[in-house]
Amino acid sequence: MSASSIYTPQNPFMRWLERRLPIGGLVYSSFVVYPTPRNLNYWWTFGAILSFMLVVQIVTGVVLAMHYTANADLAFDSVESIMRDVNYGWLLRYVHANGASFFFVAVYAHIVRGMYYGSYKEPREVLWVLGVILFLLMVATGFLGYVLPWGQMSFWAATVITSLFSAIPGIGGAVVEWLWGGYAVGNPTLNRFYSLHYLLPFIITGVVVLHVWALHVVGQNNPTGVEPKTEKDTVPFTPHATLKDAFFIGVFLLFFAWFVFYIPNYLYHPDNYIPANPSQTPTHIVPEWYYLPFYAILRAIPNKLLGVIALVGSIVLLAFLPWLDTSRVRSANYRPLFRVFLLIFFAVVIGLGYLGSKPPEGGYVTAARFLTAYYFIFLLIILPLLGLFETTKPLPNSISESVLRRSAPAGASAPLAGRE
Amino acid sequence: MNRSIVLAVTLAASLSALGMEAALAQEAAIPPPQHWSFSGPFGLYDPEQLQRGFKIYREVCSTCHSLKLLAFRDLTDRGGPGFTEAKAKAIAASFQVTDGPNKQGQMYQRPGRLADHFPPPFPNDQAARAALGGALPPDMSDLAKGRGYERGFPWFIFDAFTQYQEEGPDYIHAILTGYTAPPSGITVPPGASYNKYFPGHNLGMPRPLSDGQVKYTDGAPETVDQYGRDVTAFLAWASEPKLDQRKRLGFQVFVYLIVLTGLLYFTKKRVWRDVHHPAELTKPPASA
Repeated sequence: MSASSIYTPQNPFMRWLERRLPIGGLVYSSFVVYPTPRNLNYWWTFGAILSFMLVVQIVTGVVLAMHYTANADLAFDSVESIMRDVNYGWLLRYVHANGASFFFVAVYAHIVRGMYYGSYKEPREVLWVLGVILFLLMVATGFLGYVLPWGQMSFWAATVITSLFSAIPGIGGAVVEWLWGGYAVGNPTLNRFYSLHYLLPFIITGVVVLHVWALHVVGQNNPTGVEPKTEKDTVPFTPHATLKDAFFIGVFLLFFAWFVFYIPNYLYHPDNYIPANPSQTPTHIVPEWYYLPFYAILRAIPNKLLGVIALVGSIVLLAFLPWLDTSRVRSANYRPLFRVFLLIFFAVVIGLGYLGSKPPEGGYVTAARFLTAYYFIFLLIILPLLGLFETTKPLPNSISESVLRRSAPAGASAPLAGRE
Repeated sequence: MNRSIVLAVTLAASLSALGMEAALAQEAAIPPPQHWSFSGPFGLYDPEQLQRGFKIYREVCSTCHSLKLLAFRDLTDRGGPGFTEAKAKAIAASFQVTDGPNKQGQMYQRPGRLADHFPPPFPNDQAARAALGGALPPDMSDLAKGRGYERGFPWFIFDAFTQYQEEGPDYIHAILTGYTAPPSGITVPPGASYNKYFPGHNLGMPRPLSDGQVKYTDGAPETVDQYGRDVTAFLAWASEPKLDQRKRLGFQVFVYLIVLTGLLYFTKKRVWRDVHHPAELTKPPASA
């Protein structure tokens, strides 16, 4: 990098501090002069959106925790008291509850981008695996949080999900009782779920630090999948990426605000406004929308143990993408066959999501089985084979060449001599 | 007078919870969408309607249904029924609230105050079941949010754009106006009433409203349809009392976010101008 990448503070205090703890230099090299590919599109803003949402969730969550009571007899009413009596409590809760959903919107967009542009490939394997771990932690945190209002869906979702562990041969029953802290979901369950729901976000924060660290070692991928070669291929993070991220966070917040202020219960289930009742099972127990594809996979398999293995496998397999995908070309833009199979895969996941919200009967089960089969065939068979047989399109020599080709008038060839 | 009649009717008609569940599979009719003053991005509650609805709750529903999450002070809140403080105090004082223990260690009854919550009609769930032949009337505080019906594809997608949030109120209004004679060949178990909008159709609650039952002083029609609409609006307010504050703040947030995002967009465009039209890249390479 050029001389400008060395941090030389003007402020005497910062000079003093820099010799003792070079934190200014760390921020400067990571978020100011950090070279970012010049051809990134808006799919690359979701990392910043996710960081922003994590902060939103922690801040609203900490304040909600000041007013919440983790007791099976009091939890529901304490959430209602937040909605009715705490100043702006309704805002805190609606931001936190819808914030979880929008956190998942952002993480799914982030994963889709990573899969489409092959961001998991060498040398970004560790970065990707950390990302899958983050996703797993988010899934756990979201589930634990959904239980806390102690409504009907909270209670029964907790019952259904914890019961999955009973499928473990031999020790399953003991594991479930250990998770519950009793012989059924009850007050001890609620207490430990609350404790863990408060703990996990800080573990997520720690893994996010590792994720960002790994990112800054290997650098960002880009839509061509060709590594930056010269300084012409990159722009400094600040102001370019900073402003682009800030603008798109604004767009994202507009969508978020639409839900928080105008349809705050759109993604919520009416049954969760009924206090938990262990003696009355709701007609349909449905998880939150962001778990539905995995819920559909679970129910598509007639055997309970195999269903649980498929459920866990469907997420864990994603961590092995760098090794399942044998192609050396990263971006789907240069892999015509992979692109088609991948877009079908995304459609299949959305289809599974729809089926997960439907009762497990008749045609819904058959459809879910076909889609589940494609999910695993794509990851375990199509991906490894494609890399061996697929004819890929020629890659551009560099990022700047592809940028120029795109902005050039039709028919013109690069390099664009004499262009205005 | 009215109270005792309703209580007597409800007592006479006992609910068979088992019969209800067995019939759950039967399809219920889809509630027709109603016009609500509180729908849409600027829709707020109509205080006069909430006051009428409160009158119905007071005279009819409160015989069996509690409203325990609501306090009398809420009646004076902005965006709610808009009772004056004096009026709300008078309403509170007309309820008997259990307090105590006093210095003698005894619980005692006293007139309600603004800080008190609405007292339940029964001391506990078991007392309610015992009095109503096994039926437990749900608490009404969250009823308008805790009820609804399946919208189905593709309507649930449109709902996100049209801001349709009133499944609960539509369902409650449909139930209150949906008591009909059962179709021929259908037998209703004893203690249940046929309702075409209730899943399974056999509702433990007997028809609670009839034309002219509650006297209105503001000239609104005294019909079951109007009663149903008014008491549903009241229950919608009871379940979401901060709707007024939420929508007003929401509008301010939108104006702020649109301006901020617009400014960020133009700043971003200005900064990236040199990147999208790179002068050094459009020149012929020196080595060519």
